[in-house]
Parts: sequence; structure tokens; C-alpha cells
Amino acid sequence: MNLPENLRYTKDHEWIRLEGNIATIGITDFAQSELGDIVYVEIETTGKALESNAVFGSVEAVKTVSDLFLPISGTINEVNPVLASSPELVNSDPYGEGWMIKMTVNDPAEVEKLLDAAAYKAVIA
Amino acid sequence: MKKTPFTEKHIALGAKMAEFAGYNMPISYGGINDEHATVRTNAGIFDVSHMGEFIIKGAQALDLIQRVTTNDASRLIAGKAQYSCLTNEHGGIVDDLIVYCLEENNSYMIVVNASNIQKDWEWISRFNTNNAEMQNISDRTCLLAIQGPNATKILQPLTELDIMNLKYYTFVRGVFAGVKNVIISATGYTGSGGVEIYFEDKDDNADRIWSAIMSAGTPRGLKPIGLGARDTLRLEMGYCLYGNDIDDTTSPLEAGLGWITKFMKNFNACELLEKQKAEGVTRKLVGIEMIDKGIPRHDYEIKDASDITIGRITSGTQAPSLGKAVALGYVENGFSAIDTTVYVKIRDKSLRGKVVKIPFV
Repeated sequence: MNLPENLRYTKDHEWIRLEGNIATIGITDFAQSELGDIVYVEIETTGKALESNAVFGSVEAVKTVSDLFLPISGTINEVNPVLASSPELVNSDPYGEGWMIKMTVNDPAEVEKLLDAAAYKAVIA
Repeated sequence: MKKTPFTEKHIALGAKMAEFAGYNMPISYGGINDEHATVRTNAGIFDVSHMGEFIIKGAQALDLIQRVTTNDASRLIAGKAQYSCLTNEHGGIVDDLIVYCLEENNSYMIVVNASNIQKDWEWISRFNTNNAEMQNISDRTCLLAIQGPNATKILQPLTELDIMNLKYYTFVRGVFAGVKNVIISATGYTGSGGVEIYFEDKDDNADRIWSAIMSAGTPRGLKPIGLGARDTLRLEMGYCLYGNDIDDTTSPLEAGLGWITKFMKNFNACELLEKQKAEGVTRKLVGIEMIDKGIPRHDYEIKDASDITIGRITSGTQAPSLGKAVALGYVENGFSAIDTTVYVKIRDKSLRGKVVKIPFV
């Protein structure tokens, strides 16, 4: 299971990468593997200010559907435009081309409170 | 959790495993879409040893089968099988099954769903007042399905029986991969052709047959397939899944199984069903293809244009062969005609779909 050290994680299986006050968010390698072949990523919350743990979208796999939870409070700026035509990128490259949203976070310090790779590894063990 | 004789092999192959009908079963090996495409274009092997098998024997066997099942088993001759179902006293479906005629008028094998083995056994036993001999051989019977357009080509070198020319819903019995008394049946749950093979789990039969098939098939692209793709394959064909699309409360006529419901003989609830047929059903299982983007799932509501509930989805998926979302569901009378627009409540939205003919592919 691929768990990059430079990311933060949530128990809901999202990852977050912070650059300044802009965060990139996606689902983990574990999450994509549990969901199986992903068919749609539906995120219609662009421009909305949301609290952490809010549902910001959903991901439909062949066999199942799962909500997406926002790891941190802030405003979603952008949804990965490539996912509309190539949702399978979430399966093949969950931390790279399969990223889901970019957002402006309210408090970058909040990110430090999320799980690091070792702590997330314990969650999925 | 129960195991099949192949459970360790699935784990060693890296399958994602989950509990199904009390068994630890492989859900997927390399991804549902890839497994699905493998079966549609080449060949795949499924372990479905969790399924149940009963033998019904003796002079009273056929009468008992005729009494409890809806199809006409008197038409079967040795080497033929038929799809059928058990009905309860209300005309609901106790289970759907296949009846194999091993010996005309004397010996039959009934293959039932894993989750219903106990229920079916008790139900059939209740009507066995003339004491036909019944055996539950589920625990010692292995079942592998080898499905896909190249399945029989891959398997033919493993037996002297002619399996390339086996007609749909017929079977042969003999030596396969050095194992005696194997039933090879041109049946399956995928719509892609191929066979299902039944054999006794004794000595090293399971190992021998699995290894022989994998050795013959792997170089030709045969892959192991999990229950996930089994479900998408059957759903594209519109085949019913017990517990989803049919159950104790749905009648075979509502489920589109009128073709296995034969009123020229007596069976449980036949009068009630004949009346239902004459009066017309009030709801019907239909195929739905989504127009809007969204995947209908089991139990989602089906609505009409004025947001009134007209039914429920019983099975739904993204159909890998079509790249579209499809579903089965019951709709009220008046909404079952092909091309009728219906709406499926997918979380907080009503998304547009239309009634289409089954199979979807």
C-alpha cells in the first residue's frame, strides 16, 4: 500500500497536501483499492465554504458508492477537470493525476492535527 | 466462516475476499472491469462451490419436483437441465434453481442458491410426503464455472467428452482432468457461453481440476473471476439474483419468469398464479438504463415525472460492457413499456432513466 510520507491523512481515507494555504485533496491508495473500479467522481461544492468533515461529494465505483469528507475547513476552488472523462485515474494514480479538489484552507495549522503516514497506516492495518 | 476447497487458492492469488452466504469468497482479483471484459471476450474461471446441490431419487422423485417447482420437469430427459423456481403458498419465490435430469423419471440434481440451502431443503422436504430419496450433497460438491467465448476451447483438451458442441442447458458426465464422474454442463450466469462443472470434493479432485484448468487456460488468457464481476455480468444479461430481484414476496410472473411457469401441471400456488396471469400483474420487473449521470443501487426509489414513487430498484450497476448505468427494478403497471421515462432517486436527486429491453447487452 502506497503511503507518501509528505501527506496528511484522515480516518475517512482522504489525503491532503498543503502548499501555503492551498490544499490538494484526494482519496488514498487504500480507499481506491477498497472501492474498486471508479466510474464517477461527483463534486458540486466548488466555491462553497465548508466545515471540516462536511460531505463535499461522492465517488461511485462499479459496485458501491462512497461519500467524500472534507479533511479541513475552507473553500473549494477547483475540481480536477480530468476526472470527468477519466475517473479511473483515481485508481491508477490516487496521489497524483487522480487528485480531486484544490481548496483554500481557513487555518493551515489545522492540517498538522491530521494523521501522518504512520498513524494512517495503523488505521488501515 | 465456511471455506470452499479453493479458498486458499483465491487468497494466494491476492483476491479481495468477503463473506457471502456464510462462505469466505473472492470478490475480485484484478478489478471488476478487467475481470468482466475477460469473460466477455475470452474466458474466466469462477469458484461457485458455495452453491447448494440436492439429489432427488426414486420413483417419487419427478412427482416431488413437479409439485414444488414451476417449470415442467417431465419434459427433461437424461442429460438435460432446466431453469426453474420454487414457489411458496402465496406465489412468491422460495428460490430459483436448475433441475438436472441424471436419469429420466428416477434421478435428479437440483442446484440452489447458497444462501437458501437450508430453507430450500426444509421447504422441499415438507412436500416429500411420498418419500422420494433426498440427499443434500452441497458440502461435498465442488462447482466451478468456466465462462466466456473461449472457455470450451480451453477445456476441451482436458477431456474426451465432447464439450465444444454441448448445447445450451445440456450436460455430459465423465472423466475430466483425470477425475471421474464430473458433470460438465452448458449453463452459466454470464451470458458469454461456457460451462459449469460439478464434481465431488474428495481425494485431490479439487486441486487436480483447478490446476489442470489454470495450466491449460493461463497461457491463453483465462483468469480467475470474483463475485463482483459475476454480478455485473449477470446484471447486463438481466438475470435475476435471488434476494435482490426475486424473493419470497415477488411472483415469477412479476419477475418476468412466466416462461418457466407452466400451468399444464400442478405446483404450489399454481391456481393463485394462474389467476394473477389472467388478471395481469400489478407490478413488473423491468430493465432501466440511466440517461442522467448516476448509478442506481438496490432499494433506491423509482419515481414518475410528478415525483410519485412507482417502484424500487432491485439491482443496479455501471455496466462495464456498455459504459452506462443499468438497473433492474419493479415498477407499477403503466410504467413498464419500453422507452417509458422514469426517475431514480439517487441520494438527493431524481435522475432520469428509461425502461429498456432486457438483456441490456
